[in-house]
This record gives sequence, structure tokens and C-alpha cells, in this order.
Amino acid sequence: MSDRRSKVASNGSLIEMRAIRKVYDTGKHEVEALRGVDLTVRKQEFLSIVGPSGSGKSTLLNIIGCLDTPTDGSYRLDGEEVAGFDGDRLADVRNRKIGFIFQSFNLLPQITAYDNVELPLLFKGAGARKRRERVEALLSQVGLADRMDHKPTELSGGQMQRVAIARALACEPDLILADEPTGNLDSTSGADILHVFEELADAGNTVLVITHDHAIADRTERIVTLQDGEIVTDETR
Amino acid sequence: MRLGLVFRLFRSTASIQRKRMILTVTAIAWGTISIVLLLSFGEGLKHTLTAGSTGLGESIAICWPGETQKDFAGFPAGREISLLPGDADLLKKSIPEITSASGEMQTWSAQLSYGRKNLNKRVVGVHPEWGEMRNQVPQAGGRFLNELDQELKRRVAFMGWEIAQDLFGEEDPVGKTFTINRVPFTVVGVMKDKIQMGTYGGPDKNNTVIPISTFEALMGRRFVSVMVFKPETPELMEVAKKRFYEVLGGKYRFDPTDERAIGIWDTVESQRLTANMSIGIEIFLGIIGGLTLLIGGVGVANIMYAAITHRTREIGVLMALGARRSYVMGPLVLESLALTFLGGVIGIGVGGAIVQGLAYLQQNAQSEAMKFLGEPTFSLPVAATTVLLLGSIGFIAGYFPSRRAVSIQPAEVLRYE
Repeated sequence: MSDRRSKVASNGSLIEMRAIRKVYDTGKHEVEALRGVDLTVRKQEFLSIVGPSGSGKSTLLNIIGCLDTPTDGSYRLDGEEVAGFDGDRLADVRNRKIGFIFQSFNLLPQITAYDNVELPLLFKGAGARKRRERVEALLSQVGLADRMDHKPTELSGGQMQRVAIARALACEPDLILADEPTGNLDSTSGADILHVFEELADAGNTVLVITHDHAIADRTERIVTLQDGEIVTDETR
Repeated sequence: MRLGLVFRLFRSTASIQRKRMILTVTAIAWGTISIVLLLSFGEGLKHTLTAGSTGLGESIAICWPGETQKDFAGFPAGREISLLPGDADLLKKSIPEITSASGEMQTWSAQLSYGRKNLNKRVVGVHPEWGEMRNQVPQAGGRFLNELDQELKRRVAFMGWEIAQDLFGEEDPVGKTFTINRVPFTVVGVMKDKIQMGTYGGPDKNNTVIPISTFEALMGRRFVSVMVFKPETPELMEVAKKRFYEVLGGKYRFDPTDERAIGIWDTVESQRLTANMSIGIEIFLGIIGGLTLLIGGVGVANIMYAAITHRTREIGVLMALGARRSYVMGPLVLESLALTFLGGVIGIGVGGAIVQGLAYLQQNAQSEAMKFLGEPTFSLPVAATTVLLLGSIGFIAGYFPSRRAVSIQPAEVLRYE
């Protein structure tokens, strides 16, 4: 792992956030969810963002994942300023650069595991043959080669999260973004999924996990703690 | 590729609950049936009105000799004007705009006899051109009066279908001999059934028509009761009327601006009125049908709105995976169009079948009122209007709710429970 760390130190940065603010206007009064966050993440880092609920974790995740835009500040993703992008350009950024893994899996219930993994490739415009090869390889990689034609309701929680991981990896993203990935799983499946994350990190992926569970954060190489919309600690171990 | 993707996504993700779908399709089908029926009946009624307004004669002028109202060339007002049958020729010769003209003499009560049957009915003497001007189309096997009949003062008659049936019953009248005031006449033709809205001197179906030369000789008349003429085109009617007064005013010495000397009724104006009326009726029926369809459309919009709300989270997921707005909206709009299309096909099918059935009943209808309603016609404009309306409804019902869903930040959509 020390090899990996030295490799990370020499890499360029993937995320560069400067003075990011996010203000929600609830009508009656304004709520400042993020108060000037500076965050740099290098390529191939494996880090976690922790904090109690209401600390601004989810808001930060949404902005990092291009699911929302900041009120103020600069956000460069892989050298590209994305803070001012509109809907469809952000959609393309999400499609090519970010792989999401959600707490509640967020698989489309009416289609099969195969079709779910294929979706990002369809949006990207990949050819039929390439799509099939990629989907089959990914589902085999997460150990679900024999479950491709199953719908999400016919899978266990751990299996669903594996499908979601395969889907997140479909377009070879620069950043894997996970939001409480083990929150809806029993401890065995949770440990299983964490193991998958470690493997992904070791394979050279940049993995960012958002969690309130320190047991999970302790497995990562860097822990960023958020409180009241500000970064209070940032330790690399 | 993009359109293909939208279709693919539609195929794999469309999932409206069956019950909702049945309700929507039924609502649209119902609206479509009503608009098809209303427009078809409107179309049928328009045909009847148009046929009826030209039943008397298409853009013809009917002139009644009257009394002068103005002093002219030393003659006092109040002088009676009478026209001669020969004036028909005079009009055609001296007015280039007038292509046909005919005098008309009549008696209200002539005795028609055939076998043991006796009737007291109207008999009219006319020039041969009268037949075409006044839409006297003979049934197969017969003809209208011709120039030779006129020249030779033949004792031949052309009869309305009703009087012919009254007199001859089931027999074919053509070639049969009957008597008018005890003078034998031969039937040369019977008029085809027609819808006639305007009349003077009673409907044509009850008339017996003979050459005006024969009428003069038989009844000892000199003057015509009515003069009928037709200009080359309907637009020339006004010019023709002006010339008519000039020519006859010159001959009979009355002021050409004295419109009471000879009264004229032309059918151009009434045809225009009828045309406007039938357009009005069509618009009215169309609006009623359109509103009914709109209710169905509101149903679709409602269902789509509910379906999209139901799937808000799914939409958020698609957006998180990098779906552009059109990839999210496209399948939803397609879904809405598909529902509308299905309802429309059912509605047009059922509506068309009902129209066909009613048209069949109408063809065999006996009552005047049913006849007047006409045959409902499912025409191309009706179909095009319906399809256009359905298409717009389907598109709007899918477009607006889905645009609303994709216009908010995906973070917010994903948070929706």
C-alpha cells in the first residue's frame, strides 16, 4: 500500500474545489449548507468523507457528482471547470467521468440486471457489440454472470449493490462516488461490498465514499471530516 | 441513433399501470368516437344543404313581372309590365353575360287523367333550357323537353317523380299517354329524386312540364308568369341583372333603376348564405367534438403526470447515469403518444363503423327528416382533423409533465421519495 501512496502523491489532481458555497433558499430563510469548502483529490486516491447528518456531506456529494451546482466557487473536475455547466453538458460529464453507487442501489426495477448495467453505455452511444462485451465482463467481474437476466426484485441486497457497482464502472469513470454504500446491507454483505471497493482502489481507481460510519472510513487511506458545512479535519494515513 | 435510443428506452422502461392505461385509452377512444361522429354528421349535413340549395338551380335568377314605381318617358308610375315568351331569346341575343333564359307559364289547376285516375295539379310551360337551369335531371330511360318539342308544339310532358307516381302508380310512365284538360300528352321523362330547399310555385316533384309553345296554344296565354335566366358564371350575376333591366326597360319603357317593374330573386346570394351556414354548423360540431376529445386529453395528461411523479426517482437515476434531457423525456412523450394513438385507433375504428352503419340506415330512410340529415360521411378532412388533435393532445400530455421533471437538478429528483 505504501507503493500506491507514493504513486498517488505523484499524480495530478482529479478534483479541485475552491471556496465552494451552497445556499438553499427555503423561502422563509436561507440555509448555507456548504460554507467555503476547499478540497483537492488526486487521481487513484481512496478517501472517505465523514460527518454527522446535517453536516453537508450529501450536498458536497451532489456537487462533486455534478448532480447539483454550487452557489459560489470553482470546481475543476479533471482540469475542466464544471461549475457553470448546463443540464446536458453536466449529464455528459456524469456519464463519462463519474460512476455512482447509492445507498438504496437505485436500480430500475422493471428491467434486468443486464439492462441496468447497459444504460450508461446506451447514453454514451457505445455500439451494440461493445455494449454486450462490456456488460458481460462487468457482471462476471462482480460475480453475477449467472444472474444477468434477473430483475432487481429477484436479487439479494448484496447482489443488487454489485449490479450497481457494475453499472457505475460501465463507462470506465475517472471517479467512483459512493453514498453510504453499505447502509442498506447486513454486516456480511456490507463487508463484502467494502472488499470490492478496496479491490477497485488497488486496481488504480479513484474512489470516494461518503459515510457517517467510522468503521467504513477507517478502511480508506484518507478521511475528510465535515461539520456544519466546513472541512474540520483532513488526515491521510 | 438518438431516436433509436429513445425507442429502446421506451420499450424497456414504459410501465403504466394496466388499470390507468385502460381508463386513458377508453377516454381517448370515447372522445375520438364523438368527434368522428359529429364531424361526419356535419359533413353529411353540409352535403345535403349544398345539394338542397342548388336543387332549385345553381346561380339562376327568377324574375316576376310587376308594376313600375317610377315615372318614365311620360308614362306614369303604377303601370303593369308583362313579358312575352320571346323575351327569353331577346335576353340571350342582347346580353352576352346571359347564357340561358326561359319563360315560364303556369296553371295551378289542370285536370290530369290516366285511365280512371283524375288529378287537379299544376302544369308549367317552359323553354327547353329551363330543364338544365332548374336541375331537372331525367331518370334513366327518359329525357327532358327539347328544341323540336318547342318548335313543333308537341304534346309531350316531363313529370316530377311524385306526380308521376300519383298518376301512373307502379307503371313506368315514359311513353304512356295521359290527358291534360282532355288533350292527350305523351310522357317523355320523369325527374330524378332531388333535395330542393327553395321553391316558387311548389316543389318540382309535383310539377308537370310541357313546351311553352304548346302551353300557349293549349291555354290561350300570351304572357309569361316568370322569366328565368342564368349568367355565364355566378360572378356575372350582378352585371347580368343590370343589363336585364336596361334591355327590358328599353323595350317596355321603364326606368332601368326601377327594380319593382320586374322583381328578381337570384340564388347566388342564398347559396352563399347556405355555404356559410354549413361551415358554421361544421365549426360548431367540431368544437363540441374537440372539447369532448380535450377531456380525454386532460385524462391522458393526468395519467402521465401521475406516472411521471411515480417515477421521479427513476428519472433521477437516469439523469445521474448521464441521460440527456431528451433521453428522459423522449420515452415519456412516446408513452403518452402511444396511449393516445391506441385510443385514437380504437375510436376511429368504432366511430367509422358507427358512421358506416348509420349511413346504411340513412340510405334506406323513408322519413324526410332523416333524408335531410344526410348520409354521415367519414371524409379525409375529418380523419386529418382527428389525427391532428390526437397527436397534439398526446404530445402535450407527455411533454409538459416530463419537461417539468427534467428541469430540476438531479440531486433534488433523487431525494424524492
